[in-house]
Amino acid sequence: MDFGMVPLTHYLFLSATLFVIGVTGVLIQRNVIVVFMSIEIMLNAVNISLVAFDRYMNLHDGQVFSFMVMCVAAAEVSVGLAIIISLFRNKPTTNLDEFNIMKS
Amino acid sequence: MELLIFYPLAGLCVLFALGVVVSNSPINSAISLIGMMLGLSGIFVLLQAHFIAVLQIIIYAGAIMVLFMFVIMLLNLKGKGEDEKWQSRDKNILLNVLGGLLATGVLYKIIDIINAGDFNSPAMPPESFGTVREVGTILFTEFVLPFEVASILLLVAMIGAVVLAKSKVD
Repeated sequence: MDFGMVPLTHYLFLSATLFVIGVTGVLIQRNVIVVFMSIEIMLNAVNISLVAFDRYMNLHDGQVFSFMVMCVAAAEVSVGLAIIISLFRNKPTTNLDEFNIMKS
Repeated sequence: MELLIFYPLAGLCVLFALGVVVSNSPINSAISLIGMMLGLSGIFVLLQAHFIAVLQIIIYAGAIMVLFMFVIMLLNLKGKGEDEKWQSRDKNILLNVLGGLLATGVLYKIIDIINAGDFNSPAMPPESFGTVREVGTILFTEFVLPFEVASILLLVAMIGAVVLAKSKVD
């Protein structure tokens, strides 16, 4: 039975691609905020996989999981941005390489 | 038919995600990220996950991105040009090892995906698949404990954000 649907592998490829883009962003970027956005990209890539498997196995569990992922992302962003603001107050830069106060 | 909708949406998502990573100023990254979120919500609609699609727009494109924009404006960040990235990172051994590990892992998984069985012809889902009623029912019966834990997590995050943003780091 083929309904002209997108094969599951396409969704998984899209998910893997977005995840790799997110990791690349975390590795090459130095701006704290852009690193945060790359983490968001990774979380979203995982959501695609969850929802796609859900659809192809006729379950709803994956949608609940992606709901939880969204909750965690919201919590992480709020705390992370608060940390960035307080760091910025201490030292007015967003370059990650300059935050080495724990090193000395 | 669905493929005709899927490919433009997926291409748009990947392009916007690349835009987030390679653009020089944080504000451009944030705008690209909003584009990616909207594209992803289209893909969720294509997967018949209507509830998740709406949540994607409300939570990500609405709340989280507004928070990002707010912080970018608050800190008055402008693009620093070339010195922000791509420099002096290529000699970082840890970075290279991590990148290599990631590349091998993803390649391995992609080969796995190609060799996996036939997931390509699923049964047609019922009409009510992915609606708020269906997802809500399973959320409040089977997953009620994780749901409550998530609410506590959000409360803790809210208190944490207030405390962190209020106090000085010294």
